Amino acid sequence: MSEGSSSAANLCEYLEASAQRFGDRVAVVDPDGSSVTYRQLNGRADRIAGFLLARGLQPGDRVGLVQPKSVTGVCAIFGILKARCAYVPIDSSAPAARIRSILGNCHVRAVFASLGCAGVAADVETAKTVVVTGTSTGQGSPGLPPGAVSWEKVLEHEPGRALPASRHRDDVAYILYTSGSTGIPKGVTLTHENALSFVDWCTSVFNPDEHDRFSSHAPFHFDLSILDLYLPLKHGSTLYLISEELGKNPAKMAAFIALNQLTVWYSTPSILSLLAEFGNLKQYDYSHLRLVLFAGEVFPVKHLRNITAHWPFPVYFNLYGPTETNVCTFARIPTPIPPDRTQPYPIGWPCSHCAALVVDDAKVPVPKGEEGLLYISGSSVFKGYWGQTGENPAFFERDGQRWYNTGDVVKEDPADGFIYVGRRDRMVKRRGYRIELGDIESALYRHQQISEAAVVAIPDADAGVKIHAYVATVHDPAPSIVDLKVFCSKALPAYMSPDAFLFRDSLPRTSTDKVDYQKLQKESAASQSQTK
Amino acid sequence: MSDPSTDQIKEEMRQYILNEFLPGEKASNLHDDTPLRSSGIIDSVGLLRMIDFIESRYTIQVDAHEAGVENFDRIEDMATFIQNKRRAGA
Repeated sequence: MSEGSSSAANLCEYLEASAQRFGDRVAVVDPDGSSVTYRQLNGRADRIAGFLLARGLQPGDRVGLVQPKSVTGVCAIFGILKARCAYVPIDSSAPAARIRSILGNCHVRAVFASLGCAGVAADVETAKTVVVTGTSTGQGSPGLPPGAVSWEKVLEHEPGRALPASRHRDDVAYILYTSGSTGIPKGVTLTHENALSFVDWCTSVFNPDEHDRFSSHAPFHFDLSILDLYLPLKHGSTLYLISEELGKNPAKMAAFIALNQLTVWYSTPSILSLLAEFGNLKQYDYSHLRLVLFAGEVFPVKHLRNITAHWPFPVYFNLYGPTETNVCTFARIPTPIPPDRTQPYPIGWPCSHCAALVVDDAKVPVPKGEEGLLYISGSSVFKGYWGQTGENPAFFERDGQRWYNTGDVVKEDPADGFIYVGRRDRMVKRRGYRIELGDIESALYRHQQISEAAVVAIPDADAGVKIHAYVATVHDPAPSIVDLKVFCSKALPAYMSPDAFLFRDSLPRTSTDKVDYQKLQKESAASQSQTK
Repeated sequence: MSDPSTDQIKEEMRQYILNEFLPGEKASNLHDDTPLRSSGIIDSVGLLRMIDFIESRYTIQVDAHEAGVENFDRIEDMATFIQNKRRAGA
């Protein structure tokens, strides 16, 4: 296989090729310290595929993955792909209602779940097969739900896989659910082609080999995991899975990176900021680290300067792209960061698998240097949202290409490429996660005492954004802020919980009787500047 | 710093938590035994910032293995933990 351009028609062919070339090398290290070689990983994936096929799963069927990050999860992903099914990774710590709604939305035929999530999975009508993956080591646990299959049983199954000749680059490989503006998560449906073209681009720019040791910080339901999973396994490198618990503990993570001599780090800027602030990085040797990649949100320059001062040697890249396109533009960040720089770095130029277009509201390209909406075309761009019928309004046709509206406003700098300016809709980023403010409002409206809810986001130098929820309530006494916080933590993923609640008798309205978000936004911005 | 009593530590922690995580909330709604971590009021990043505050305010060192819910879920547990640390370090 020539480097850079891949003849793989399916993501599992990366693993199959590496199992041939690097069979005895360590492929993946579990958060508990155990590991699998390439040969073992490929063998287990074959058995999982054999099991799924024996259960009657058909090409294109969806299979849920609801469990903490582990080697078993990686085995399951490749087993699912080898059966020509698509995997649907879901945050196992999300509220049960959210997990159920995602599994139900894409009609999963099977689910791999931790013991704690197996009950939720078994509730989903279409999920005829539930595999309980037990602990991170794959040890079986007592108390399986009725009809559920243990992980050990699956691994005892005869190997099998869909015929390689039947594999197609247009097969759906995975569905990643993101926050939806109406409160229902949207399933971004991505094909093997989408991922392969991105991973092959990564090969050409980052040039990894079998001696690299990659971090996997992002959870599998987050699109940063596509680079984490497939780039190292394509090249025979070793992938170190970072558990959710470790990933939130900068002091332990700092030691982990040094101890395992990781060579490639990829995460959101938030995590790098935490490492610089709380990791006590001075006490360790990071001379093995050669690449630091970040994506998912704007990196405040203050924090970027901080991490590059601690880690002066690696090469830094800003990778940009919504889940719908994966990474579509990139910029190398020159270090050291000048002491007087305050402007965030650009998102750079399109990757080789993408093209970019900046247009006005009438979809007419703007003159170079003027602000406009960024549209992307290319082989990594998704086909659509799961279950969506009709033409997707986020696309338009031009020059025989299909262009996707990222919703991001940018302007082009002749030297540095695209510069991110902001958004015009109600989507914000926090810790790299996309949040539709309407999604939070939908959750608040489910509170029995809330009659009106409006959520606004305001910029914050430290946190990126602060989210303020304005509510009007009925029935005295009004719920306390403690009550509302606790309610949100049960109804929403943690990163979506508002930072502040503000009570109003009623919400301000515009002349057309819509919530006056601009007025609330101004009130929040004023209160924020007072407390600073 | 003069030695604060356990009650003083509780009040200082209550004020800190109200300011940082529950702006606008009445002090009377944040009890000594209100769950903070397990209820989602303080997330993992909030915990890091709070420990940073506690370390500098009470001149103690919080080890990573001590930062779990057994010490940091409720104001009363935090106050006890801080007092024990201060006494052990004295």
